[in-house]
Amino acid sequence: MAGAMRPAGPGARWRPSELLLPTPAGLYCPPADIHIDPVRPVARALITHGHSDHARAGHGAVLATRETLAIMALRYGEGFAGSRQVALPGEAIRIGEVDFRFLPAGHVLGSAQIAVESRNLRIVASGDYKRERDPTCAPFEPVPCDIFITEATFGLPVFRHPPAAGEVAKLLESVRLFPERTHIVGAYSLGKAQRLMALIREAGYERPIYIHGAVEKITAFYREEGVPLGETRLVAGQDRKALGGEIVICPPSATQDLWARRFPDPVTAFASGWMRIRARARQKGVELPLVVSDHADWDDLLATIREVGAGEIWVTHGEADALVHWCGTAGLRARPLHLVGYGDEGEAETEAEAADAPEA
Amino acid sequence: MNRFAWLLDRLAYEPRRNAKLALIADYLRATPDPDRGYALAAMTGGLVFRNAKAGLIRALIAERTDPVLFALSYDYVGDLSETVALMWPARHGANATPHLPEVVESLREAGKTDLPRLVASWLDALDETGRWALLKLITGALRIGVSARLAKTAAASLGGVPPDEVEQVWHGLEPPYAELFAWLEGRGPRPEARDPAPFRPVMLSHPLEDGDFDRLDPAAFAAEWKWDGIRVQAASGRKADGTRVTRLYSRTGEDIAGAFPDLVEELTQDGALDGELLVMRDSAVQSFNTLQQRLNRKTVTAKMLGEFPAHIRVYDLLVDGEEDIRHLPFAERRRRLEAFLSRLASPRFDLSPLIPFASWRELTAARSDPASAGAGADAEAVEGCMIKRRDSPYLPGRPKGYWWKWKRDARLVDCVLMYAQRGHGKRSSFYSDYTFGVWRVAAEGGLELVPVGKAYFGFTDEELLEIDRYVRKNTLNRFGPVREVRHAAESGLVFEVAFEGLQRSTRHKSGLAMRFPRINRIRWDKPPREADHIEVLEALLPTNG
Repeated sequence: MAGAMRPAGPGARWRPSELLLPTPAGLYCPPADIHIDPVRPVARALITHGHSDHARAGHGAVLATRETLAIMALRYGEGFAGSRQVALPGEAIRIGEVDFRFLPAGHVLGSAQIAVESRNLRIVASGDYKRERDPTCAPFEPVPCDIFITEATFGLPVFRHPPAAGEVAKLLESVRLFPERTHIVGAYSLGKAQRLMALIREAGYERPIYIHGAVEKITAFYREEGVPLGETRLVAGQDRKALGGEIVICPPSATQDLWARRFPDPVTAFASGWMRIRARARQKGVELPLVVSDHADWDDLLATIREVGAGEIWVTHGEADALVHWCGTAGLRARPLHLVGYGDEGEAETEAEAADAPEA
Repeated sequence: MNRFAWLLDRLAYEPRRNAKLALIADYLRATPDPDRGYALAAMTGGLVFRNAKAGLIRALIAERTDPVLFALSYDYVGDLSETVALMWPARHGANATPHLPEVVESLREAGKTDLPRLVASWLDALDETGRWALLKLITGALRIGVSARLAKTAAASLGGVPPDEVEQVWHGLEPPYAELFAWLEGRGPRPEARDPAPFRPVMLSHPLEDGDFDRLDPAAFAAEWKWDGIRVQAASGRKADGTRVTRLYSRTGEDIAGAFPDLVEELTQDGALDGELLVMRDSAVQSFNTLQQRLNRKTVTAKMLGEFPAHIRVYDLLVDGEEDIRHLPFAERRRRLEAFLSRLASPRFDLSPLIPFASWRELTAARSDPASAGAGADAEAVEGCMIKRRDSPYLPGRPKGYWWKWKRDARLVDCVLMYAQRGHGKRSSFYSDYTFGVWRVAAEGGLELVPVGKAYFGFTDEELLEIDRYVRKNTLNRFGPVREVRHAAESGLVFEVAFEGLQRSTRHKSGLAMRFPRINRIRWDKPPREADHIEVLEALLPTNG
């Protein structure tokens, strides 16, 4: 980009790395002295969404959407940060000479991209995002920018997510085929679980959906926010032997616990973009893989990069090599940031979720 | 094709044997001829397409995708068919979905020039699951956790006959097996063609556990050396017209006779032998490394035959002449075996000797020093003892209470992880193949690590996750699918590596090759500088090298 070549005197356009740069703690904005989704405690943090690899406890001041702040309070307790401030969607907040705007990312309820703008240079840190329709959160809003920072969780052309409604239909078909077996569906407790519930309701399924204790608080929060999820019941306190033919939603880690074996002849399902890869499903002992993801698939990553019109792409985490290579073939400058600590190929997310799961 | 694809897909995700059997049997029952016969052939490895190769599929996908993106994807997925099935650009409504018989017959008949267009048109017409199944079929490696035996067992259930009955008529049959189904469904006679040299499922042993000796009476047992070769079954018989059929089977029933004409021509008596495939030079057993030169080849050159003469050290007789003697006690079969081998009188077949012992203490002494307990110069090729009940019948599978294996204690050495590579199959996308090294004095002085081996098992799934995470966090360099992992005196990961033997090798930088290395323990606690030095390994080399 031409602007990057100019010397950065006062008032001159920033070189990109003067406005935002990767550090071991996460993305850092020097002129505002603020981190985005820091992985270790910092004085001031902007948080894109509530998943535990992005939203950690122990920062001094936190700026995030109202929903994300509420989710952090639910997960870590009210004292999760020294102070907090609500970012309204689309509204600029000025810190020093930098404007920050939070815009919907379509990932989970409250998820946001953060547009960082100063001296005519706009960088968008998109956090985790998806483009597929999701009845539980606001859709991704493409923001034209100079530099687009994208995830690449599913940054390989083998990842093409089929429509989620079709995958939910597979689940309901299996429930009809095996009316005596409990269908245990592993789904991340924030976002995926509630999206599945909403999709199951859209498909016309009206029976109660049974949930693991680890899913309960977030589900109640989604309901308070007006997301229609139908009737849910906690598994705890039920006679599990009587739950044949029912759908149970639990964190992924619980599908392989003793917890899951007490249901009558369970069918193990897992809702995740990883389920596209057969070996991944088998490694997790999954019999009914459901390819439902809250991340952009390959085609949507490319479409989004084209849509925002950025001349330069930074790739935060996931399969960065392939996406960077593709950008090169499309005439875009691109570089991997090699940020550590964010859902490395999905495993970190599983771990964080497992740590969240109380006895149920 | 859709139903077949659906079956393979279901089988691939079904862990339970009985459920797999039910799925296959349901499919065979509900599917007409010839579709079901071709499906059965695919599951029993009975379909070989000469012109359809993995190379053809690579060429097709190369025309349609960026090579770097394909390489990265293949590395991630770890399976060629699946990678291509997922990456293939969709052309909805391109053609009509092909039927399985059409696919099989076209693959057999089509010439090299027609195949690419044909396969591409099918791939365009199929969905992801269909493409995956088609590619599995073409490459001939289904890898869906179904053995030939399991598929035959499912077929046998259609007629309520024991699986061995299907095994007996099997070799006379050709896909799509219309005769077989007619017989199983009571619509036709039992197929005539009796195989004169069929495979018989092998009998396997259990590892000896601590305390087993307290419960076992030494007088009721015989012991043999456990040879470090390849378990084989050699079977020979004559067809109705008198021509001899001789087959050499691997322990899973794969016919490997084509690579061992030197053995096949020597087996001139009717019968079925169980023994160890070895390479012998001047009546001395050669190392497993040497034997490996003869393995995994479809054909063999005269030079190979001269340099690596094959040999079978026999320890059991299943069929004597035309008489199946598997029900007889081990001691009786052993007497018949001795008589059989003296009739055969071939230098390629000899008897695996018994180890004389009166007490477990004596056997323990023999195991720790095979050379002076009868194995003599062949002691290097001994990897322990086999302990067999004198009254044990020969039973398929791994029956309890008859045979035990008692391996020589493994050698252990502490090595430092140097490189990690992503695995395939079950471990695809995890860094599960590890190259490790030990210290040696560098040319310019000081110490350096030199790779001494590679291992991809010995750890649990939980440990794999931990090592995988370690590799990702401590990557120094990436070379395609390989990551160089931090390995310095003060920072790095130490593995306690177990192995069975050591050979000199010119192929490895260290000059050493380990036999059967595996990760015995992960020493998270141990700093790399405390790992072993190459002198420790060199001391273990056989003196005759």
